[in-house]
Formats: sequence, structure tokens, C-alpha cells
Amino acid sequence: MNTSSPQLLRLHEADNVLTVLSTLEPGDALHLGQTVLTVGKRLPIGHKVAARPIAAGEKICKYGVPIGSAVCAIAEGEHVHTHNIKSDYLPTFERENQHSYFQPTP
Amino acid sequence: MKGFLRQDGRKGIRNITAVVYLVECAHHVAREIVFPFRDQQVHLIGFPGCYPNSYAYRMVRQLCTHPNVGAALLVSLGCEGFNRAALLEEIRASGRPADAIVIQQEGGTRKTIAEGHRWIRAALEQLAATPTTEMGVSDLIIGTVCGGSDATSGITANPAVGRAFDRLIAEGAGAIFEETGELIGCEAIMAARAARPELAPELLACVDKAARYYTALGHGSFAPGNAEGGLTTQEEKSMGAYCKSGNSPIDGILKPGDVPDRGGLYLLDVVPDGEVRWGFPNISDVQEIGELIACGSHITLFTTGRGSVVGSAISPVIKICANPETYRRLSDDMDINAGKILEGEATLEEVGNEIYAKILAVAAGAQTASEALGHQECSIVYKSFEPTGPACMPA
Repeated sequence: MNTSSPQLLRLHEADNVLTVLSTLEPGDALHLGQTVLTVGKRLPIGHKVAARPIAAGEKICKYGVPIGSAVCAIAEGEHVHTHNIKSDYLPTFERENQHSYFQPTP
Repeated sequence: MKGFLRQDGRKGIRNITAVVYLVECAHHVAREIVFPFRDQQVHLIGFPGCYPNSYAYRMVRQLCTHPNVGAALLVSLGCEGFNRAALLEEIRASGRPADAIVIQQEGGTRKTIAEGHRWIRAALEQLAATPTTEMGVSDLIIGTVCGGSDATSGITANPAVGRAFDRLIAEGAGAIFEETGELIGCEAIMAARAARPELAPELLACVDKAARYYTALGHGSFAPGNAEGGLTTQEEKSMGAYCKSGNSPIDGILKPGDVPDRGGLYLLDVVPDGEVRWGFPNISDVQEIGELIACGSHITLFTTGRGSVVGSAISPVIKICANPETYRRLSDDMDINAGKILEGEATLEEVGNEIYAKILAVAAGAQTASEALGHQECSIVYKSFEPTGPACMPA
């Protein structure tokens, strides 16, 4: 395991996202190498932040392999989640869009 | 360690009497037959459907003749499509005491339950005299499944299971990982691990089948809790799940009910063949555990980040919690805390060794958390499979 900081875990050198190792609350300092940012929204354990600025359409890389694509530009340190990345295979289902999923086909 | 020696030569780590309902209409009666004996290794399994299905038949047969099972009692309503005569004959041919009670012939609920209790008492006496035999790691088949995954699963519990798998396989055990729908995105790196060149295209084909199947259903193997736990896409979940397989070469592909005849690492293909029928391949984690057991698993390693509590009938489930926050909330249900890796209290290697030691202890008779809590889940649904192709198994 190659830990880039005690807060964040880099699983592979090619990765452009880092995993949050313990839940970070708003106002906590977020250490990204030399850069220190402030946590805006809560970042629960296991969630990801951008290791560097990521362009719209760029592959998101974790474990050294693509896990999806950015749907918009993502800033360094920003939460990388279902709102700004998408699968290259199958759409991701969340409870919020459950209603549309179960809507009867016209 | 000592195992129970069956007349067909298989070696089990538990000495279970299976009570089997052959249609949902017989479920209550079968459950009442089990109830007074539920702490005496009498387990309830069954298939709810009235329409016959060769996959379901095979699943029930493989569970009734599993090495952990010593005797089986079939409970039939009487008019369902399940071929109880053939099943009874096959179980008896394996040397296990077996019988069928037909509710319509026995005279209804009360009389069937009474007859079932009488049968179980006699079976338990017979099973008490089951011969034991020396059993080693190379006699074991271990399955693994993940459920209630979050983003910690793929960095703690799953790679720790991978370490345990590598050690078990090196010592001659059989090891099975599964859910091809949760390997979508990993197909190329997985195919590169094929032990034989002809197996690589088969590995690609079964993940491709899973992707087509789930695409037709409009829903991947991805639950809302996965996203709340930090996972974003099927590929990300897949990479985390894939870590359970460790680093050993992949020796073969099984379909539910195929029992490997030698040690090594096997992928269980759980997605039905042919056109999409009967809905999702497995409607919950419980069916997957049942399929691993039907492939001969003596023990299933279940990794969870969000916190599943399930166990299983027939074979013990060892629960490995990936997330330290979940472990603190659900520790009664967990056997191993892999989340401590994130808190710097253990390495992946140490937790891998802890899992290995737990497997040996459970094989020697120690109860898992889910066994002690009385969990005996079992669920079999409609599916259809073509026979496993010759390229899928070692020659």
C-alpha cells in the first residue's frame, strides 16, 4: 500500500483519485501533497477525491485501471462521486433516481 | 483436523440433516419439522417453485449430497413438479439416509410434522455414529462472496481474502470466487491470469455474457448502499470485488453445482445461459452463497463493508468486515475485523493470515458468528445453464 498522506490512500501510481481513509468533516484540512485545502462537504470513509485537476471526459483511474469517465471538469481535491463521473459500461443506480427507474414504460 | 467421512468418499466439516421443502406450499411444514431440532445441526433448505427446473433440481441434489450433509428428508406437498423420486434415488445412491414425506398422502400438516419429527430423531441417532477421518487443507473447498460492499471492501477485506486464497491454493485447496456481473471491467486483466491459453477466451466470454444480461435488465449488480459507501461505478465495484481472487493462476470456470475434482482457483459463472429469463441472475447475496456451497464449498468467506448479517444453511459463513466504522456497529455479527488495516493496526498480510487461521478453526468445529446466531439462510430461484464447456476445466 502506497500511502500519499495519512488521510488519503493512493492505490496505484497511475491513479488520479485518492481514497479517504477516515471520514473528513467540513472545515478539516485536506492534505494533497504540498497543497492544503479545506474540506467543504463531508467526505465519508472510502470516498474519493481528485489527486489533480481532471478534464471532462478524462478516464478516472483507481487500482491503476479506468473505473469510469469524468462527466465534467473536476478540481484538485474535489469529491469524485456519482455526480461527476459515470460508468463506461452500465449506468449507476441510486435511491434518488429509483422513481424514474420504476416509472412504467409508456 | 477431523472430518466426517461419507460413504461416497467425500469429507465434511459438519454433520447436518437437511430438511428440504420441494415447493413453497410445503415450506411451513418443513420449517415446523426442523424447529425443535434447530440447534442440533438440522437445517432447512428448499425450492419454492411448482414448475420443474433442471438448475433447481441440480442445486437441491448438490446441497443434499454435500459433504457437510449426512442425511436428508424431503417434504413434498404431492402435486408439485419437482422430481422427488429421482432426487430420493440419487441421495440414497450417495449412501446417505434419505426419505420423502408427502403431505397429501401423510394426512396433512399435523401428521406430516409428527412423522418428520420421528424421522429426524432416528436420523440423528444414525448420524451420531458417522465415521470420522483425517482431513487436511487440500481436502477443503473454500468459496468467497462479497455483499453490502462499500469502497473499503476493495482495499481491506477483499485483498486480505485474496492473500488467504493464495495460501490455501498453494497448499492444495480448491478456492472459488464468483459473480461475473461484478467482474465487468476486469475481464482483460482476469483473462491474463488463465492457467491455460484456451481458458482466456472463456473468461472473457462469461463476463461479456454478464454485461449483456445486466444491460438487457437495465440494472447492474450495484445497490444504492454501494454508492453511499463511496463506490461510483460498476467497474470500481468490480475492481474491489476482483481482489478477492488473489494472485494465483485461474484454473477453471464452474457453473452452479460443478464440484472441482482438484485444488486450484475457479471462477463461478452465476449468470444464466441463453436469453434473459426469470429476471436477475441472483436476486440477493443468499443465492450466491448457496451456489458456492452447491459447488462443494465447505466454508464461505463473506466480505462486507456496509454490514451484512447473513449466514447459510449447510456450510458455515465466515464474515469479514472491511469497514472499521461498520465493525464497531455490527461486531456481534462479524468474525474478522479487516477494517483495522485502515486504522494502521494490521497489514493485509496479517489479516490474510487471520482469515486462514479462522478457516482451520471453523473446519475443526468452531462456530462462526452467524452459526452461533442461528443464521441458516437458503434461497434457490429459477435459472437455466448449458453444460460447462471442455475448455473451462483442467484436463
